[in-house]
Amino acid sequence: MTDALNAILVIVLVMNLFVLGTSRILAVINTVATQGALLGVIPLLVHTHLTISVVLTSVAAIVLKGVVIPSIMIRALRDAEIKREVEPLIGLLPSIMLGALATAFALLFAGELPLAGEHQSALLVPTSIASVLVGFIILTSRFKALSQVIGYLVLENGIFIFGMLLIDAMPLLVEMGVLLDLFVGIFVICIIVNHINRAFSSLDTRLLASLKE
Amino acid sequence: MTEKIIHVALLLILPPLLFGVIGKTKAWFAGRVGPPLLQPYYDLIKLARKSMVFSRTTTWVFRAGPVVTLSAALIAGLMVPLGALDSPIAFTGDLILFAYLFGLARFFTTSAALDTGSPFEGMGSAREVTFACLTEPALFLALLVLAKASGSLMLTDLLHGPAEGFSSGMVAPLVLVGIGLFIVLLAETCRIPVDDPNTHLELTMIHEVMVLDHSGPLFGVILYASSIKMFVLGSVLLHVAFPFKTGEVWIDVSLFVLEILFLSILIGTIESVMARLQMRHVPYLLIAATLFCSFGFLLLVR
Repeated sequence: MTDALNAILVIVLVMNLFVLGTSRILAVINTVATQGALLGVIPLLVHTHLTISVVLTSVAAIVLKGVVIPSIMIRALRDAEIKREVEPLIGLLPSIMLGALATAFALLFAGELPLAGEHQSALLVPTSIASVLVGFIILTSRFKALSQVIGYLVLENGIFIFGMLLIDAMPLLVEMGVLLDLFVGIFVICIIVNHINRAFSSLDTRLLASLKE
Repeated sequence: MTEKIIHVALLLILPPLLFGVIGKTKAWFAGRVGPPLLQPYYDLIKLARKSMVFSRTTTWVFRAGPVVTLSAALIAGLMVPLGALDSPIAFTGDLILFAYLFGLARFFTTSAALDTGSPFEGMGSAREVTFACLTEPALFLALLVLAKASGSLMLTDLLHGPAEGFSSGMVAPLVLVGIGLFIVLLAETCRIPVDDPNTHLELTMIHEVMVLDHSGPLFGVILYASSIKMFVLGSVLLHVAFPFKTGEVWIDVSLFVLEILFLSILIGTIESVMARLQMRHVPYLLIAATLFCSFGFLLLVR
């Protein structure tokens, strides 16, 4: 069980770095969608016995993160007619390096934490810290509104992984509420993206600093 | 003894078939019939019957290049266990020799390319060694992780893993090392997304440009050596990706052949669905491979 879990978590880590190192927004959206769908499988693995609530959480996460949110974003991408993040604040290679540093830090830091015995061997904590940090890096270093949404999604994926530690204690309602919030958040942002695009004829968030009549 | 004979036979006969499978896969994706599976063998036979042309600027280095490359690849092939078969040559620390046999082959290929005095070939050599600088640390870190995981410095033991199988904490590092090794395989064997083996524009070539001046049997030797290189690196990767064995020699051998053919179908699929990376983006991929392998090491020792 831990083996399959760790294999998935390691692939999530690899995908984080891929997201940092790619400038094509479509490829990045697809990667984050795959990442979300993979994370949806985790509740099934963390739990020893399957209950209705676990299966529901899993299915909701897979459908929402793997299908619904990416399709909304791809729609926004098509309307906005952009293909790639041309000039990130931090170049692609330096951001891969930063992400690698963050991941290494998370791996070492999580080793020092006094975790409960059953979480000691699984990589849940380091992966969640690394994903949150990578999400922050994307959020702060990209200028296009859609890339920032992707940063937000990666950040949320990290929090979702951390939530898996508490899945026994956390009621289904909280998990569903979080997913609903995420969905509404992305939905609204993608509408805003369209409006930014129409008002400024660009998705560059730096332009938002200048007021327009 | 039988195992050794099977090992040598596989090593000598099977490699060109991988290119055939890759070609067939790519043809299938493009909706063509494609060349027959055995085409690489026909090519080798055809090349062996041709005569050679040597430029007057070349010296013995030019002729030594392909020969040294082929012998290095063959020796490396004898040091790697194929599937469940033990390797015929094994001693403690042979992983260093294994890694540097490829280094030696690369040194002679680039020297032979420089020996022609052609500016294009010099450019190709520069690219080849630049990218090699980045794949070598990845390969070494991968071998380091495997050595640490299995507690042995001998390639046979290291790739077969400990007798009772890898313990459960090893899965995450092994997945990372597997991804890293796959990127190393693609880079070392000059496949897409690092290099395009079918390109016909000297300015964008990496490996192909270095062998432009070779002709006839020597060119056949180069093709054969590169297929052996793919076979050897592929079998290293297979130990990490599919560490299963049954104990029955014939089943294990056929399993290994199936696995390596599956690997070439995978490579063919990647070549069909991906575009080649821009030259300046290739180092990112290779650095990522190094990073994955070092994460694997970090996970193992933390």
